[in-house]
Amino acid sequence: MTSPGERNATYAPLGLLAELTHRCPLGCPYCSNPVALEPRKGELDTATWARVFREAAALGVLQVHLSGGEPGARRDLVDIVAAARAAGLYGNLITSGVGITEASLGKLADAGLDHVQISIQDSIPASADVIAGYTGAFARKNALAHGVVRLGLPLTVNVVVHRANIERVGAMVELALELGASRVEIAHVQYYGWALANRAILMPEREQVARAAAEVEELRQRHHGRIVIDAVVPDYYARYPKPCVGGWGRRSLNVTPSGKVLPCHAAETIPGLTFWNVTEHALGDIWQNSPAFRAFRGTNWMPEPCASCARRDIDFGGCRCQAFALTGDATATDPVCHLSPRHAELATLAAERSEAAYTYRRMPAGREAEVETPA
Amino acid sequence: MSDAPQPASVSPDARPHLPRGVRLVHNEAQGGYVLLAPERVFKADAIAVEILKRCTGEATVAQIVDDLARTFEAPRERIETDVTQLLQGLADKKLLAL
Repeated sequence: MTSPGERNATYAPLGLLAELTHRCPLGCPYCSNPVALEPRKGELDTATWARVFREAAALGVLQVHLSGGEPGARRDLVDIVAAARAAGLYGNLITSGVGITEASLGKLADAGLDHVQISIQDSIPASADVIAGYTGAFARKNALAHGVVRLGLPLTVNVVVHRANIERVGAMVELALELGASRVEIAHVQYYGWALANRAILMPEREQVARAAAEVEELRQRHHGRIVIDAVVPDYYARYPKPCVGGWGRRSLNVTPSGKVLPCHAAETIPGLTFWNVTEHALGDIWQNSPAFRAFRGTNWMPEPCASCARRDIDFGGCRCQAFALTGDATATDPVCHLSPRHAELATLAAERSEAAYTYRRMPAGREAEVETPA
Repeated sequence: MSDAPQPASVSPDARPHLPRGVRLVHNEAQGGYVLLAPERVFKADAIAVEILKRCTGEATVAQIVDDLARTFEAPRERIETDVTQLLQGLADKKLLAL
């Protein structure tokens, strides 16, 4: 056995985030994809994804989150779902709802899909479409949600919360109930990549966040047994950092459209990390030995105040990507932590305000044509 | 208010089963049985596994309790309390259909 502090400690990952493509018809300004989106040209083929799923299952992975971009942009999505099921994985489709029709959904269900998550941008259709940067998105998402329920598949509605919709958290949970969802995620924007670029436009007020948190707690009690409400809390106003991805290289891994394997979806924002690719290495080798996974696995990399902190195995020093984004040092204590010497700066950053238009998440000019939406 | 269904409660003649999207699987690397659910994974202890294996949609809660009491030679009342509690907890989390 290795001690949990070591970089080569053996953990069995639980979840694989498979970014099947970065193509997406929507332009959500808080998209978790990197600002440098990967082009269609380099996307992994079906057979490689199938191998990755088999290798993931052998490592202990139980669930695969088929995401993007919009996974519906992949013409081989049915085969990919079937491959995940054949590998013994629980298949979770994370979709914008635009790019998947009820007919294609039926084929995915037949191929063994276990669950569908659809994002909803707001309870007011016009506002939802502005946030998504796509006219008619709200209506199509609603239609697909009904299709999921008609097929008997469990539905999660994902709601990303920010200044433009935070006053309607209750209405969005009601909408999820009306759509027949068994679970709703109230996920406050996390500020990386596109969201970081839009931070001054997206950031809610501290009082709004407190009210929303109280409302979610009240809704949870009122709807106990009817719908599961999971919340991802906003961290700029917090005292303790989030245990990002359950600890670096401990529970999950992320494969990009071109096959790079990342400890989390934002890991490429940290300069100097070397990511191995599934086209050159087996997944188990990457998980165990790739420099990026070893960089912050365990606790031996931690400086003070994390190294001697009683919470170091609870929150793992917070988020490495956020530590780098806000301090320039990826090994620093996440400034969200009240023990970070840079903690006070967060209040200043959170107070920046802009009424400018969103910087929408888009492929660079010239690649737009790669985005297709089925009729 | 929405017209969503009311929370389900466990009765002796209910026939509990795992709904679509919830699966009980054995996984060596994760150290035993796990219940796979929408974006969640729950470790299932030995008692939970014995109960869940019997939640096929055929047997009633009363029959499951009888079977467990017989198999493990335990007092029926205690088993009934344990089973009802576990099933209600799972139903509240949408991991069980009644």
